[in-house]
Amino acid sequence: MIQRSLTLFAGLFALILVIGWVMGLPFTSSRLVEAAAYALIALGLNLQWGYGGLFNFGIMGFLMVGGFAVTFISYPVNPQFWGADGPWLLGRALLAFFAGALLVLAARQSHRAGITGKWKTVLTVIAWFVAYCIYRSQIDPAAAYIESDAGGKWVGGLGAHPVLGWLFGGVLAAAIAYFVGKISLGLRTDYLAIATIGISEIIRALIKNMDWLTRGTLTVSPIPWPVPLPDAYAGGGQPALLLARGGFLLLAIAVLAIAILLISRAYAGPWGRMMRAIRDNHIASASMGKNVTARQLEIFVFGSVLMGIGGAMLVSFVQIFDPSSYQPINHTFLIWVMVIVGGAGNNWGAVFGAVLIWLIWVISEPLAKAVFDVVSYWSSTAGWGAIPDIEARSAQMRVFVLGLVITIALRFAPKGLIPEVVRREG
Amino acid sequence: MTELIFFINQVVISGAVLGCIYALGAVGITLVFGILRFAHFAHSELMTSGAFFAFLLAGAFAAWGITAPIPMGFVVLPIAMVISAIFALGIDKGFYAPLRKRGAKPVTLLIASIGVTLMVQGLIRLFFGAGSYSFFETETKDVFRVDLSAFGSTRPLVITEPQLLMIVVTALSVIALHLFLTRSRLGKAMRAMADNADLAQVSGINTALVVRVTWIIAGALGCMAGTMLALDVTLKPDLAFNIIIPIFAAAIVGGLGQAYGAIAGGLLIGFAESLAVFNWTMVLRPLNAILPEWLQLPATLAFVPTEYKLTVAFVILVVTLLVRPTGIFKGASS
Amino acid sequence: MNRAWQIRKTERVWVSDVVIDVRNVSKRFGGLTAVNNCSLSVRRGSVTGLIGPNGAGKSTLFNIVAGNIVPDSGQVIFDGQDVTGLKPHQLFRTGMLRTFQIAHEFSNMTALENLMMVPGDQPGEYLANAWFRPGLAKSRETEVRKKALDVIDFLKLGHVRNELAGNLSGGQKKLLELGRTMMVDAKVVLLDEVAAGVNKTLLNDLAANIERMNKELGYTFFVIEHDMDLIGRLCDPVIVMAAGEKIAEGPMAEIRANPAIVEAYFGTPVEAA
Repeated sequence: MIQRSLTLFAGLFALILVIGWVMGLPFTSSRLVEAAAYALIALGLNLQWGYGGLFNFGIMGFLMVGGFAVTFISYPVNPQFWGADGPWLLGRALLAFFAGALLVLAARQSHRAGITGKWKTVLTVIAWFVAYCIYRSQIDPAAAYIESDAGGKWVGGLGAHPVLGWLFGGVLAAAIAYFVGKISLGLRTDYLAIATIGISEIIRALIKNMDWLTRGTLTVSPIPWPVPLPDAYAGGGQPALLLARGGFLLLAIAVLAIAILLISRAYAGPWGRMMRAIRDNHIASASMGKNVTARQLEIFVFGSVLMGIGGAMLVSFVQIFDPSSYQPINHTFLIWVMVIVGGAGNNWGAVFGAVLIWLIWVISEPLAKAVFDVVSYWSSTAGWGAIPDIEARSAQMRVFVLGLVITIALRFAPKGLIPEVVRREG
Repeated sequence: MTELIFFINQVVISGAVLGCIYALGAVGITLVFGILRFAHFAHSELMTSGAFFAFLLAGAFAAWGITAPIPMGFVVLPIAMVISAIFALGIDKGFYAPLRKRGAKPVTLLIASIGVTLMVQGLIRLFFGAGSYSFFETETKDVFRVDLSAFGSTRPLVITEPQLLMIVVTALSVIALHLFLTRSRLGKAMRAMADNADLAQVSGINTALVVRVTWIIAGALGCMAGTMLALDVTLKPDLAFNIIIPIFAAAIVGGLGQAYGAIAGGLLIGFAESLAVFNWTMVLRPLNAILPEWLQLPATLAFVPTEYKLTVAFVILVVTLLVRPTGIFKGASS
Repeated sequence: MNRAWQIRKTERVWVSDVVIDVRNVSKRFGGLTAVNNCSLSVRRGSVTGLIGPNGAGKSTLFNIVAGNIVPDSGQVIFDGQDVTGLKPHQLFRTGMLRTFQIAHEFSNMTALENLMMVPGDQPGEYLANAWFRPGLAKSRETEVRKKALDVIDFLKLGHVRNELAGNLSGGQKKLLELGRTMMVDAKVVLLDEVAAGVNKTLLNDLAANIERMNKELGYTFFVIEHDMDLIGRLCDPVIVMAAGEKIAEGPMAEIRANPAIVEAYFGTPVEAA
């Protein structure tokens, strides 16, 4: 087993070298940093699915939340916003939000006042409606004001260190995971899948349209780096670029290493045993005193934290937060393929899968283009004319290749390339 | 009166059209779930590919000089449905059946269906590019404007020909489905198998045949839904991928495995979406005359801004999961 | 027909003789009344059997006591505490455990791990402790492991302790389930058709172990069973249910000779044996 893992990792390393030689060092260094972030995200999914048996199909939402968090924390302060009425109006909207929340909570507790059954439901529905109206009445003018020139166009950031933004990404992701988990855990596993997809789409719509908070489709850039940028290195040119990216890569690997350490330590002991039991047979686990729903919530939140941090790392690296760039294919399905192909239930499998699939994903476009170019050359010389739109079609090939990889993986290595190790205590 | 017509145009007709598409899509999903017990994510690709089959056929018919009083898309629909049914059977045989034989869990099948989605999408984009096509490049889309000035309305009732045909075709399909499920032996066998697969098998029901028929219906109805959607808007490779979630929501809200539930759920969500983004100011404008200055209606008064239209389906889904996880018609849940 | 309480005072702790007291419990499923105002009690230290024809409501009552079903009315008192409506994982803490008709083992874990996961007070099961107080987790882990090995020895499963539980025989899986109840010194063990799917030889083994647990270690058992020989060997008293109610209670010999019970099972009156 160990031998197989080492061979596979060696193969992966060889692939990286080949890509570095063919595509050049700047390209490869960027891809490696991204791969490290994806590895962290895949570890998060491995926790939720591999250890917990939970379906999270809303990974994209958690990544967006992480991206938003780091943008908000680390982007420079917008003095125009703070100098105008924006903060005051937002404060009122926040109060309205809490007032509405209190109203709904009060309605839900109305049985203490003697209102029960159907009337309580009616009261709760009315409370939700009124709360929504109160909130909208405050937030709509606030948003409109902030988006205008007088308000500073958007709230800007807090100008703090990016790593704090990464941590905040984890916190926000945890909050959302808690909310989603509370609603959907305890129902059929497929339902959690649909609920997470739904929440992720709602998050996408919110982030895309709340221009006052995120600048929406206008995007935010440049977002600062946690390590020195290429300009900071004397000499400039490619060496500076590589050194800077190397710095980022080291930081990313450090975060990854901490995550792997924490997960392994927990999984090796009683916590891991309990989780395996719950995943194996949750009815028996409940009879044996384990609070299954609470534990599933715990692991769902834990995994989401890693996803939030990973999403924040990605946005920090590319220095731009663009809500339109998030696509379910790239940001949810891709991660699933990484974990399934790499090996669900095995940390090293998840990391391996992440790096392998990410590299396949990024080279399929240039590779497809090369193939198309060759075929086009042949078809032109044969008299059928060149293939039109090679650029666009090559870009679409990634999607097909990904689907093909999933199908082949499920057929020949259904448990993954580095599958879960079933433990037998000595 | 004008306001009422505006309401009918924006909500009733629009909601009915959307509801029909959601309903037809959801029926396919719920039938596959009931019989095969997995969430078939690639249903959106059955819809999109079906629409492309119809598009190619319509183009071929037009090139051969065939004309018809109704849009060509509807004329070729039956043939396209047959092709889609065969396509669906092929996908099952190639991708799902081998995994089922090895006792794959529903999760694995869901992921396999995602793989199929990506491959079919990739192929469609490969052949057709990423742009949009229209069924109405060679013919015109008839728009019916019913003049109701006799009733005091300054606006006409607007409905396009495809929309009208769509509602009729959907109604006919629903009736046909109902008759099939209740009157025919095969239909009853399907319902039995959805209820209790093991019992159905030992009762002598040919489960393999039922599975095949399920895919045929799913493919055919998916093609119908996709083609009608493309006739209403435009044909793009991600035509149905964008609405797969509301369709799943419709199936769950109606109760997974319950065909009538899927129809009810689809219509519910279709109307809910249209209602949620409806601009009430247009209807309540007459009230401005009697309301005081400070209570004048704003320019747009809608429950939800138009950008959030698709989130309405998710909110309904979340509420359903909270309040009644088994759905309206009490399908399968935990 | 409830036995009268016998209150004994032992070391300033009031201990009652009745450990499970089911009072006027009812449960309907739609139009069907499964349990109809049923009352019964289980004495501490006994192996009490519950029998009855199909549809008598035994399983429903059993599941109500075990916390898997919530009754429409009535109470379940466990060791003086009202536990009506508590969920299974909450009942676990009170000392009541159940086994399952179809063995619910953790098939991808070894037999030893199946036992080690049971105790509820393992600090290592909390993430914070796993990360920040590894020493604490480790010391408890050693205790748990020792106890698990003791249980394995008692049940004579030593030779399969590192085998995946899914690979064990039906009888061994049931023994393992009994072992799980021993890991927490359960006060009461609810046995759900323990003989189902087990061959005669292993059944003997199971029965012997149940007897040992009862006599040597003082475990109380509440047993649902269709196998009359097993009931006859293990249980005293035997409670009979029919049509959702308790209709008789007493030693097996009495029950066998009671014509009303035979009628409940077969539907026709029979001459007294």
